[in-house]
Amino acid sequence: MSGATAPLVQVEGIGRVFGAGETAVRALDGVDLSVGAGEVVGLKGPSGSGKSTLLNIIACILEPSAGRLLLGGETVWDGAWRVADLRRLRRERIGFIFQFHNLLPFLDATDNVALAMTLAGADVGTARARARDLLDYLQVGHRATAKPARLSGGEAQRVAIARALANRPRVILADEPTAALDSERARVVMDLLRQVAREQQAAILVVTHDEKIFDRFDRMVALRDGRLEAVA
Amino acid sequence: MNLALADIRHRLGRFLMTCVGLGLLMGVALSMIGIYQGVVAEALALSRSLRADLWVVESGTRGPFAESSRLPGDVREMVARLPGVAAAGAITLRTAEMQAPQGVLRVQVMGYEPGRPGGPDAIASGRALGGARFEMVADARARLPVGATVLLGGDRYRVVGTTRGLVASGGDPLVFVTLRDSQELQFKLAPPAARRAQAAGTGGGGTDTVNAVIARLAPGADPAQVAETARRWKHLGALTDAEQSDLLTRSVVNRARVQLGMFTVVLLFVSAVIIALIIYTMTMDKLREIATLKLIGASDGTIVGLVLQQALLLGAAGYAAAVLIVFATRGFFPRTVALGPAEVAVMAGVIGAICVLGSLVSIRAALRIEPQQALGG
Repeated sequence: MSGATAPLVQVEGIGRVFGAGETAVRALDGVDLSVGAGEVVGLKGPSGSGKSTLLNIIACILEPSAGRLLLGGETVWDGAWRVADLRRLRRERIGFIFQFHNLLPFLDATDNVALAMTLAGADVGTARARARDLLDYLQVGHRATAKPARLSGGEAQRVAIARALANRPRVILADEPTAALDSERARVVMDLLRQVAREQQAAILVVTHDEKIFDRFDRMVALRDGRLEAVA
Repeated sequence: MNLALADIRHRLGRFLMTCVGLGLLMGVALSMIGIYQGVVAEALALSRSLRADLWVVESGTRGPFAESSRLPGDVREMVARLPGVAAAGAITLRTAEMQAPQGVLRVQVMGYEPGRPGGPDAIASGRALGGARFEMVADARARLPVGATVLLGGDRYRVVGTTRGLVASGGDPLVFVTLRDSQELQFKLAPPAARRAQAAGTGGGGTDTVNAVIARLAPGADPAQVAETARRWKHLGALTDAEQSDLLTRSVVNRARVQLGMFTVVLLFVSAVIIALIIYTMTMDKLREIATLKLIGASDGTIVGLVLQQALLLGAAGYAAAVLIVFATRGFFPRTVALGPAEVAVMAGVIGAICVLGSLVSIRAALRIEPQQALGG
């Protein structure tokens, strides 16, 4: 297990209410969570417990109703967004990994990874070179020119991880990254994430229902009815 | 890295099929513009070919195209003597059906005096009319080769030459015969009717009637002034060539022109709606991809560029297909499809504008896609 250092993700008393009046739904209520550099934290909970809401808030795509959000020590939200360009923040500081990899079907593996860098302003040549390095690092370099439809589930998820790492983010958010994989491939993906966290000193938060990978986290936290209930 | 091109390459077959479909639709719109232009061009083709400066017609009429006009044959001599007139020629004009080798053919028969104004200004093949009777020069649209014979008004005519692009305002090909032949064809009564007219003391044998006299003016002569001089004869009316052209486009083919214009506008509107729907569908097909792009930090410019570039590429490829289709098939249209670089360029601009406008709804929808949608709920 990697030892936790200064938290890269810090959630303090975060709450989120959907709707108003009698129909108001409290999706999150006073959630405190921190994820340090090199740490891989699992977030579990039943459907409707608020996992996706919390992930969306940390991803800066959903505004909380209360609390404070800090990324890399910088206050991002405390009653209002404190960062002017949230897309830039996402582009440069957060990597995303999805349940169904969400690779663009019309780009090959290299360009899917390079795209994240060109969106951040890198020139295409440099971006492609780094993309190939990342694919090699994640052991899918031999599939660099394959389109997503030609990749296996495990290969596609590795390419998605490569894309998440493209801009060297310190925070990586993963939404059910192993749900579409068998046990063996799920473990391989989790080991890769652990390797990334350790080697790149990134904070990784993984939303998962997948019990077969629970032992791969440094920490597990659970959400129930919008509250952080248990820490394993 | 161009996302729009990459996406099109990825779905190339579907894109090409869409372009062909759009090309057919745009091709119809482009053809309508060509037919619209063709109606005007056809209406003016004859008057331009005759190179007349002045049209002398029956007083009180706007002949010979817009209204019927009848003049005594000797008016040609009077007009020729008017100050400023360099040459004058009498003409007759009537619609007829003739028996051609390929079947019954509807034509506009024009009679003129060879050597005087009134004949075609250029012969495409064969020769112009000489003085011999029952000879004919036919426009290529009649599909009669030199040497063919046709039956017209009970007489057999031989085609001695052809012209190109000379049709009546209704699209019927023009055939030229000598004035004498045409006068007999037009004004000579059938023998029983002639006998009855003679018995009634109303004549019936005379055919020296023409529909109009056209005049070419001497250099420096003012057409309006010569027309005014001609009108001093109470039984004559006169139109300058500019007035005749105006009459042809504003009166003779006006309904057809407006009808075609309206139809073209409707077609362009339908094309705009269909293009907008196709672009919208193409955009919504990429909902998850666009959400992902937004989540990983793509700017609005990247999203707008993706939609707009695809819309313009779709329009450009569809329009290229339309131009190819129309230019490959316009020879088979029964009427002239008059399309030049100007019409093609203007239509390209219109299609470009339609694509940009049509993509606005899709751009708005794309910009409203929430990045959360990439996370699957």
